[in-house]
Formats: sequence, C-alpha cells, structure tokens
Amino acid sequence: MSKQFPADQAPVSAGPIPTGPVPPAHWAASYEEEPTQASAPPQANGMTALKPFGWAKDNLFNTPLNTVLTLACLGLLWLVVPPAANWLLLKASWSGSSEACREAAGACWSVIVVKHRLIFFGTYPYDEQWRPFLACALFVAMLGASGVRAFWRPWLAGAWALTLVGMGVLMWGGVAGLSYVPNDRWGGLPITLMLSVFSIAIAFPLSILLALGRQSSLPAIRTFCVGFIETMRGVPLVSVLFMASVMFPLFLPEGVTVDKLLRALAGMTLFTAAYLAEAVRGGLQAIPKGQYEAADALGLSYWQKTVLIVLPQALRIVIPPIVNQFISAFKDTSLVTIVGLYDLLTAATVATTDPEWRPYFAEVYVFAGLMFWIFCFSMSRYSQWLERLANRYTRR
Amino acid sequence: MTENAIIELRKVGKWYNSYHALRDVSISIKKGEKVVVCGPSGSGKSTMIRCINRLEAHQTGHIIVDGIELTDDVKAVEKIRRKVGMVFQNFNLFPHLTVLQNLTLAPIWVRGMAKSEIEEIAMMYLKRVRIPDQAHKFPGQLSGGQQQRVAIARALCMRPEIMLFDEPTSALDPEMVKEVLDVMTELAGEGMTMVCVTHEMGFARQVADSIVFMAEGSIIESGSPAEFFENPKSERTRQFLGQILEH
Ligand SMILES: Nc1ncnc2c1ncn2[C@@H]1O[C@H](COP(=O)(O)OP(=O)(O)OP(=O)(O)O)[C@@H](O)[C@H]1O
Ligand SMILES: [Mg+2]
Repeated sequence: MSKQFPADQAPVSAGPIPTGPVPPAHWAASYEEEPTQASAPPQANGMTALKPFGWAKDNLFNTPLNTVLTLACLGLLWLVVPPAANWLLLKASWSGSSEACREAAGACWSVIVVKHRLIFFGTYPYDEQWRPFLACALFVAMLGASGVRAFWRPWLAGAWALTLVGMGVLMWGGVAGLSYVPNDRWGGLPITLMLSVFSIAIAFPLSILLALGRQSSLPAIRTFCVGFIETMRGVPLVSVLFMASVMFPLFLPEGVTVDKLLRALAGMTLFTAAYLAEAVRGGLQAIPKGQYEAADALGLSYWQKTVLIVLPQALRIVIPPIVNQFISAFKDTSLVTIVGLYDLLTAATVATTDPEWRPYFAEVYVFAGLMFWIFCFSMSRYSQWLERLANRYTRR
Repeated sequence: MTENAIIELRKVGKWYNSYHALRDVSISIKKGEKVVVCGPSGSGKSTMIRCINRLEAHQTGHIIVDGIELTDDVKAVEKIRRKVGMVFQNFNLFPHLTVLQNLTLAPIWVRGMAKSEIEEIAMMYLKRVRIPDQAHKFPGQLSGGQQQRVAIARALCMRPEIMLFDEPTSALDPEMVKEVLDVMTELAGEGMTMVCVTHEMGFARQVADSIVFMAEGSIIESGSPAEFFENPKSERTRQFLGQILEH
C-alpha cells in the first residue's frame, strides 16, 4: 500500500522531503538543477529522430510474422474502407424523396431527415414535440453539468429538483396552458434517457446497500441480499420486465394501478442494482483489513467507517466495472419494447414500417446505433477522466 | 490486582477457531506506565494488545480499561476506543484523505469537534511529530517514517489516555526507525501510558518501565529492563535475548 523511499531518493516532482531541520538553502539550489537533465527518458530523442518510416520499420515490419500481419491488415482495410466510405458518405443521398434514393448507389440518409421526429419522439403529438425536445435538452445539459467538478456543490441538488419538475411539466403538461399528454404516448429518446438515467440513479445507491448487506454480520440481512442478487442475476432482464409489467399488478389490491412506465423502471432498477452490487462488492473486498481496523481503533461507528473510509476507496477502485454496468443498463433499455414501451430503438423500428421508406431500414438502424453510441462513448470517456481524478493522489 | 491500574488483564484466554492464541494472560498496567512487549513471532503479542481496544474479542477472563470492562456491550467498546489510541505496523493511514484530513476525521465525527478547532490542534501535533509542511499531501506521497509519524499524530488527536503500538517500526527502512522512535520517546516523556510491541531493545531499555516477554500465548516473564536484560529468569527468555541481541 505504502510507497517507501529514502529521503534522498524522493521523486523529482516532490522535491526533497524535509526530515528534521530544514536543509541549508544551497542544497535546494543544487538539488533542483540536477535531476532535470537526468530525468528525461534516454530513448525519447532517438525515437523521434527516425520519424514515420523508422517507426513503421520498428513496429510493423520488425519480424516476418509482423510483416505478414501488417500486410494482411492493410489488405483488409483496402477491402472494407472504400466501399464503406462510398456507402456511408460519398455516394449517399442526403435529401429528397425516396425516388431520389432509389437512384443513388449509397446510403439513403433522407429517410432520417424525413423520419427523425418519429425516431426521436415516437408517438408524442407532432405539434407538441418541442416539449420532449426541450425536456431532453434540459436533461442532457444537467447530466453534462453534473459531471463537471466545479458544479459539485449543494445547489446542484436543487437544480436537479427544478429540472425534474420542469421535465415533468413539459412531458405531461396539463398546466400552464400546455395540453395534457399521458405517458403512454411518450416515446423515443425521452423514454430511453429517462428509463436509463433514473434506473441507474436509483439502482446505484441500492446496489451499495445490497453489497454492504451481503457482507453484513446479521444472517437475515445477508441471506436476503444474497437471495435477491442471485435471483436477479439468474433470470434474463426480459423476464424481469415481464414480471414487473404482467405479474406485479396481479399482486396489487383491487383498484390500485401502477403506471406501465413506472413498472418497467422498477424492473430495470432492481435488475441493474443486482449487477451493480456485485461490482461494488469487488471494491469492498479490495479494501485492506487495516483500513477497517484503523477506523475501528479511532472509534468510528459502522456507518461512519463505511461512508467515510470504506466506500470512498472501494468505489474508486470499481469505477470501470460500474460504468461498464451503466453502459450496459443504458443499452438494455431497448428491451422495454417487449412490455409495449417506445424507446428510441422501438421508435426507429416503427419508422421503418412506412412502405415508402421500408427499403432503407439499415440507415435507420445505423442512425439509432449512432445515437446509442454517442451516449455510451461519452460515459466511457467520462469514466476514464473520473478514474484519473480519483486516483491522482492515491498510488497504491 | 492493583488498585490504580488503568489497564488490567485477568486470566485472559483467546482462541482463533481452535487455535489457542492467549493462555491465561494477566497483566496490570498503571497510569503513565510504559510497557514494552516482546517475544518470538506468533507468540500472541499483537493479539494481546488488540484485545485491549477490542479489535479482537477475548473469550475468557476479564479486560478492564480505565474502570470499564470490555464485553460485547458496544457502548463500553466505544468508550474505551476513545481513550485508547493505536498505531499499526503498516500505518493504516486513509489513502484517500490528506494528512490533515486523516488527523481531523475522527475528532470531528467521533468527538464532534469543530473543524477549525481540531485543525489547529492537528497542526500542533504535526509540528510535534515534525512534519507540519506535509499537512496537505496524501499519505502515498510520504515516506514510511513520515507516514508512521502521521499515524501517531492521528491517534494523538483523539486525546487518548493510552497508546498502543504494534511493531511501529518494523515496516520501516532502518534509517527511518530513529525518527519514529524519537517521537515515541518524547511522548513517553510526557507521561502517556504506553503499551508497545517492539523488538527495538535500545528503545525498551531507555523508555520502558517494564518489559513483558511472551511465548506461545503466555507471559513468560515480566520485569524492569534492568532485571530483564541483565538477569532473565527463564531459559526461554535468555534464548530469545540471545537471538535478538546478536545483530
Ligand atoms: N485472525 C486470525 N485468525 C487465525 N489465527 C490467527 C489470527 N491472528 C493471529 N492468529 C494466530 O495467532 C497467533 C498469535 O498471533 P499474533 O499476531 O498475536 O502474533 P505476534 O506475537 O504478534 O507475532 P508477530 O511478531 O509475527 O507479529 C499466531 O500463531 C497466528 O497465526
Ligand atoms: Mg504481531
């Protein structure tokens, strides 16, 4: 855990570590000058001098096997890239009618131009679609803002409360002169975004409790958590969603109904929580026993120890698997189609059923895929940044 | 049994599953006394001092710290942990917190002290362990000796009446041992009650009021450093001293 070095071999960046009395000033001067030259990695100059050819020779053609592999890869690229570029961009048709598309040899992006409102907003009343647009824009902006470190202040919670109210008003309406839109008419991007973000946001704290519960010394709690996690992990999400939407209402008393969207959300949340709990547990197990002992010896209570010492360290370790799970949950929202909800992918499918544009379903799916990719890739990049931030000082 | 003992162990027995780690250990430590515990590896030294703040639970006998008996009662354990500071072989600093945060965390959350107040006190302790300029670094950026001094300061910030040390210098490179022992010697001079597992016999000779020698889970003998070093009673002790004083 700890890195030890004698005082005179301290890393260059940290400077000399003062032990006891401060060293005389002339020490510091000589100390700072010296390592600057010595610290540059020796091969750095030689590498850049040779430039691309040298680099390629060293890395791509250095052995017979590598030469063969390099040539094979180049051949493959030659086969794949030009046709792909032609279809996607060069020979694609970007606007106009479906007739124009029939002439073109490439992709028919006009289908997106024509159908994008349906893909993004599903069956939401056409003239009111600025409302889900605004709601999504607000939502994405807030998600982006929440990732910025400077905004991690108490007021962010307030801003989120306002955003959620605002989104509710925009989506449902029924107040402030907005017409009422029941949520079975919602569809497309808002459904995908809300289902994934809300289910992840609720599942994450839940998963921490489950992971802690799994390590609890109380048998009842432990058994419950293990049972829950293993049950959820043992069944496909599709069946969880079915249970939530078909079976769950059977258990409710007469007259009580829970909204379809909410039921799907509950199913997604519980499912995601079970998987996340296992990721979190991995982090808990990586915390050395000494950390618990130090916290105990200082007199911290169980919750103080958990919240102040254990979780901050455990969660840092498991940022990659947690984000992996977030990404997976985001994509899994597309499964809600089986309980009759219109997420982005379902809306895209509906867009392809128009006979006039039916031949261009591939373009629609490429576009829907691109939308998913944008969100997933952002999450992935963000997690890399977060990881660097979290591990900046804690070298283990 | 002593009247004014601050730590009292009476016939303490401790098992790890079926392994008998402590056998009828009895010891009585007065306020302000410095006790050095030594003995071969696996003799139960760590186990004994970890029982004093109940990082380990004993199964038979009694442990009484400052008049409070250690039982399953959580309240009693909490009270005792506030009085007893502990320093570990591997420092066990919190790597995600700065040095200053390491020091102030427990006083803020356990003692309910104001942040500004305890920060001032923490800086004072950092000065005493001679690393005030490292207050805003993270433990991973410090040398082992510095980390151990931070760990001592962290324990002191809780204003303990008793300090337990479990081989505080054995994970350190030789040149850092002295800086930690110096801090401990200074602390001893201020009248702190100390129980210290260590093989630093120079330190023991200089600081200890009594030395306890353990083997196979029992206390073989205890006495003043003079008696212990010059005139050990048991063969086992002589053997141990022979080994340890060789190098
Ligand atoms: N958590 C545990 N579970 C099982 N056995 C243990 C546990 N902790 C210690 N022991 C055993 O108890 C005995 C005493 O251990 P202890 O750590 O007290 O020894 P020690 O005197 O401190 O030795 P060292 O000088 O190596 O630190 C050892 O034989 C050890 O294997
Ligand atoms: Mg030990």
